[in-house]
Formats: sequence, structure tokens, C-alpha cells
Amino acid sequence: MAETIGIDIVRYRPEKDGEPWLQHFEVPYEPDMSVLDALLYIKDELDGTLAFRWSCRMAICGSCGCMVNGIPKLGCKTFLRDYYPQRVQLEALEHFPIERDLIAGIDDFVVKLEEIKPYIIRSDERPVAEGPFTQTPTEVDRFKQFSLCINCGLCYSACPQYGLNNEFMGPAALALLHRYNNDSRDQGRKLRQPIVNAEEGVWSCTFVGYCSTVCPQAVDPAAAINQQKVLSLVDYAVHAGGLGDSQDEPS
Amino acid sequence: MSAGKPYHREVTRTWWLRNPFFVRYMVREASSLFVLGYSLVLLRALWALSEGPATYAAFLAALGSPWAIALHTLALLMVGYHAVTFLAMAPQTMRLEWRGRKVANTTIVAVEYAALVAVCGIVAAAFGVL
Repeated sequence: MAETIGIDIVRYRPEKDGEPWLQHFEVPYEPDMSVLDALLYIKDELDGTLAFRWSCRMAICGSCGCMVNGIPKLGCKTFLRDYYPQRVQLEALEHFPIERDLIAGIDDFVVKLEEIKPYIIRSDERPVAEGPFTQTPTEVDRFKQFSLCINCGLCYSACPQYGLNNEFMGPAALALLHRYNNDSRDQGRKLRQPIVNAEEGVWSCTFVGYCSTVCPQAVDPAAAINQQKVLSLVDYAVHAGGLGDSQDEPS
Repeated sequence: MSAGKPYHREVTRTWWLRNPFFVRYMVREASSLFVLGYSLVLLRALWALSEGPATYAAFLAALGSPWAIALHTLALLMVGYHAVTFLAMAPQTMRLEWRGRKVANTTIVAVEYAALVAVCGIVAAAFGVL
């Protein structure tokens, strides 16, 4: 008889359930099976009502994040062999509301991503005829790491500060803000500074650092936020000292 | 977009006990209290010194009690943990470049420890310990 592995899933069906409950499944075990493979097996063979998000199966779409034994992970990048023969418990990403089964409502995160003005802002637009903006490898290196975010939301589930108060802008949004502020083509730092300086901006972060640990793309949001703290402090000192702002950016 | 009845999970007061990473974080934060506490002990020592030899001798005698030794041992461990975590996290707060390349986090930490040893050496030399 084939080996099996126990998968416990925190189910929640809004039309039927008052609160989440645990359902146990036995899934045929293969060493190369990911958590997402197990979910697809359950959906196809055991219980077609199970709901979860997925798309690419290769850790780039950021859809299949869930709590695996209490730790936020991508289902496609997490392998059952690392748990077998122990059971695996799956739950929707923490700190977000559960919409259904493993589907978390990440609307708040998406709104925050939009709020930080995630696009290049120019005060002096130049004509297309002048050609592209060029960047040195060093200039690219200053933001590239922070541009690799796949918006999976694992860092929000890893962040106790966001869990305790979701007014906090949170790791991924602030990492994306850092990405644009550090792009030599961008001139919008002054417009983003009020978001950084706010109580719910970088100063709600207490440098727990777990966001950077769970990030499947090694974006290191904790570094982005804490580097923005330094800039926020400089911004405060400049204004408190009445030195004004020397940046040539749109106002 | 919500289906109409999303379920909200509360964060419990014991959230940090579920994950060793968060326990280490809480110990790190709590270690600040020992840094503060030991600073107060040092201030108390300065005050005793300013009061004259008798007061200072009594202060030193009090430091010899088993309770004081136990507290100082705990403070030493906590301040040590505070320092190690502080130095380990420092590279994330800055991006340093050397000849157009980012300085590796491990290099920054190594320089921090070298600086720590150097400062300790200077202080020890200044007080004639070395």
C-alpha cells in the first residue's frame, strides 16, 4: 500500500460555518510533492469544495501563500518531504480575514501597495526623442532587490505589528516604496515622504525582522523599512533645523 | 472584494510564544531593560564615588552579595545578547558602497566586531588594565 501523509486544513465556508474548523485528509505521499500538489490532489480526488488560490506552481505568481504549521509559506515552494511522516496543518494567511478555506482577503494589502505611489514620478518629463534613461549597474543594484517582490503577502502574515494594528503600511508596501525612492530615474521621494514619516509608516515597525526571513524572493523588507527610518530621521532633522528641502522634486 | 462574511482571527496576547523566532525577538526587546538597569547601577557607582571613600566601599561591598552577583551575571548575559543582535541587525539599516559595489552584510558585521574589540582595548588601556 502506498505511503500517505496527513494534511489538516482549517476550513471556513462563509455560507455554512460560524467559525473555522479542522478537516483531516490522507494524501498519497511522494517525496517530490509540494503542499500545492497535495491541495490539488485533495481538490481533484477527495473534496472538490476545498478553495485555495494558485497559478504558476513556480514561486513567481505569489498566489498560493498559506500558513504551513503556523509559518507563512508558498504552497508550491514547500515540500511534504520536509514534514513527512509528521502531519502538515494548513490555514489561510494570518493577519488577513479568511474569505473561504485557504483564501485570505488581501484587499487591505493591495490598497496599501497603491497608496505608496508605486511608479516612477518625474518633475521634468523628457521627450521620447531624447531616448531612454540610462542607469549604471550600481544604480540598478540600489533598487533591484526590492523590485523582486511577488506580492504574495507572506511578510504581512509574518509581521506581528501588522497583526496587532493593520493601520501599519506593512513590509511589502514599504519595500516597494523604498524600491522607487532608490531608483535614480525617480524624483517622487518628497511625495512619498509623508507616508514614510507617519505613525503607521516606518515607525510602526519594531524590526522584528521575520518578514525578511519568510520572504520567498529574499527582498528583505526589514532592510528597506529600517533604511527608510534613517531617511525619515534625516527628513525630520532637516525640517526641524529649518534647512528646507534641497531635493529637486515635484511639490 | 469580499464574499460578504469574512472571518477575522484575533491576535492573542501569547502570539509570541508560538514561534521561537518571536520568543528571541521578545527576549531581545526585554534585554533593553537590562541595558537600562545596568546603566543605573553604573550611575549609582558614580554617585557613591562622589560621596566619598566610605560610601564607595559600602557600595562595593554590596556588589559582593550573592544576589548582586546573580543579577550581574544575568545582566551580562542579557547585555551580551542585546549587543550580538544589535550588531547582527545593523547592516540591514544601511547600504554602504565601496567602489560602486554594495559592501556585504558579513563584512559590515566583521568590521563592527573589530571596532568593538578596538574600543574595548582602548578603554582597558586607558584604565591601565592592559
